Amino acid sequence: MKKEILTVEENRRLAADIFEMRLSGTSRPEPGTFLEIAVDGFFLKRPFGAAGWSDGIVTIYYRVVGAGTEKMAALPAGTKAEALTGLGHGFDFGGTKKPLIVSGGLGIAPVKYLAEEFYARGIKPVFVAGFRTASEVILRDELEKICDLRITTDDGSAGYNGNAVMYLKDNDISFDRYYACGPVPMLKGMKAYSEKGELSLEARMGCGFGACMGCSVKTRSGYKRVCREGPVFEAGEVIFDA
Amino acid sequence: MRENCVRDTEISLFGNVMDNPVIPASGTFGFGYEFRDWYDISILGSIALKGTTLEARYGNPLPRIAECPAGMINAIGLQNPGAAAVKDVELKKLKEVYPKKVIANVGGHSFHEYVETSRILSSADEVFAVELNVSCPNVEGGGMAFGLDEGILEELTRAVKEASLKPVIVKLSPNVTDITKTARAAERGGADGVSLINTLVGMRLDLKTARPIISVGRGGYSGPGVFPVALNMVYNVYEAVNIPVIGMGGIMTAEDVVEMMYAGASAVMVGTANLIDPFAAKKIIEDLPRVMEKLGIEKLEDIIGRAHKWSTK
Ligand SMILES: Cc1cc2nc3c(=O)[nH]c(=O)nc-3n(C[C@H](O)[C@H](O)[C@H](O)COP(=O)(O)OP(=O)(O)OC[C@H]3O[C@@H](n4cnc5c(N)ncnc54)[C@H](O)[C@@H]3O)c2cc1C
Ligand SMILES: Cc1cc2nc3c(=O)[nH]c(=O)nc-3n(C[C@H](O)[C@H](O)[C@H](O)COP(=O)(O)O)c2cc1C
Ligand code: FES
Repeated sequence: MKKEILTVEENRRLAADIFEMRLSGTSRPEPGTFLEIAVDGFFLKRPFGAAGWSDGIVTIYYRVVGAGTEKMAALPAGTKAEALTGLGHGFDFGGTKKPLIVSGGLGIAPVKYLAEEFYARGIKPVFVAGFRTASEVILRDELEKICDLRITTDDGSAGYNGNAVMYLKDNDISFDRYYACGPVPMLKGMKAYSEKGELSLEARMGCGFGACMGCSVKTRSGYKRVCREGPVFEAGEVIFDA
Repeated sequence: MRENCVRDTEISLFGNVMDNPVIPASGTFGFGYEFRDWYDISILGSIALKGTTLEARYGNPLPRIAECPAGMINAIGLQNPGAAAVKDVELKKLKEVYPKKVIANVGGHSFHEYVETSRILSSADEVFAVELNVSCPNVEGGGMAFGLDEGILEELTRAVKEASLKPVIVKLSPNVTDITKTARAAERGGADGVSLINTLVGMRLDLKTARPIISVGRGGYSGPGVFPVALNMVYNVYEAVNIPVIGMGGIMTAEDVVEMMYAGASAVMVGTANLIDPFAAKKIIEDLPRVMEKLGIEKLEDIIGRAHKWSTK
């Protein structure tokens, strides 16, 4: 964990309300960890999953959902932003030979970085990437090079017609461990589908580094903080509210 | 360094001499030791531990946090591992990285719970005072209820005083018509000091759905937006009681510390600032001598209550 001043190197639109931001000034994050970026005029920092790293530049992908991300979308290159980096506990992927990666929406961000790590180790993961609709599909070209990519859309406008969990139930995919990030209904679906994997969770955060207990979730071994023990948890550990 | 540049930040609270008056506030610093990942926490005057109840508690469902323009709302609901685990595990871990004495913060749902939790925590060597959280807005059927009724508060303070092996601080709720009345009730019950303010009850709604952002509807508002409210309450309570007042609510800078002490605080607690900048308490401590020098203050203890020489009538 570090407090750093990052510089926006690039900030560009990938789809209607989805952006890629590349920031310099930080060291290599572990896949699955996140950073919190201070946005001028907002009291709390915004958390985003580390979605790639090269030559001292970290990438994030974000959707404009409220006033903070709207402000971020307008930041020009060269903007300095205070950030807390290297937050949380990432994926456990050292021993995995046959990974399955699953994402829903912007949940693609941290697992795209994980896919790059696997590829660098000579492993081409199966990657099931779910989106709402064709116009929101991002990172297709990048991922096709390094994964066995399967796209799904809720409305069938691209790839498989349905969500990522439905795709998995319809198709027999062998894997020794899966890595999933996406909205809660999808993560619940993944847990029900198999417990041989890891889920990356989200929570509204007061601090992002373990001090406020604002982000605690129930697990089989007691309450755990999404920002500290997480955001990545063993699928079998997480207890979802009914 | 010139002789006159040495600034004395030492203060004494119930006989416990502290290097400086800066204490991270309960609930914003965990059980302390994890902040070692950011800096050497031994510089802190003391530390107020996360609110502790007799048994372990999970607290409220998520979301527990909502943002405000100059602060935040929280509804943690006193998540903690229970008094025995705090004494035997958390305090031991803290002791490895923090050699000074700390303040245990006690929450509860009944007289029995407050009394027993205080008994357990006050028996720890690492603890020099017990802070009674009778003002938490986030726990149903308890917490704040004990801090609103003067009669109950006085009685509770007396019961805890009898059981506690260490001085007792009563943490006052700002969610009352006249905080000097509850302050006096605590003093009558035998409190050794009062601390204020806890969070102000607040709410935020989602603009798209009109639904409260906090799972349980409302929570406690804290941060720089509450500073003027807190300052006024500390000022008023300082005049109302004859026991030390610990001031908090929205302190972000060393200048805020000085202002809070002018109003009557013998020591200060820094809360939300730690959450938005993990180095906040360190920075305040390091800035204090410079701010004192700028203002011509040689000894910090001398400024406690200085504002009261001016009439505000
Ligand atoms: C560990 C983690 C990783 C994340 N990674 C990504 C990512 O890679 N890409 C991406 O697009 N989004 C990600 N999010 C969600 C992202 O943080 C929110 O979309 C963003 O904070 C919204 O800010 P806003 O000001 O636009 O929204 P507002 O609703 O105006 O924000 C108000 C407050 O609520 C918080 N908030 C709102 N929505 C969320 C949410 N879904 N999760 C957490 N806090 C929220 C904000 O941080 C802020 O404090 C992640 C969240 C977490 C916890
Ligand atoms: C996330 C959070 C958790 C808190 N938990 C406690 C608690 O357990 N016990 C307590 O007495 N006060 C608790 N408080 C209140 C603070 O100690 C403090 O009184 C209040 O936040 C005002 O100070 P501030 O504006 O500097 O944060 C909590 C505050 C926050 C923000
Ligand atoms: S956000 Fe504060 S503990 Fe996780």
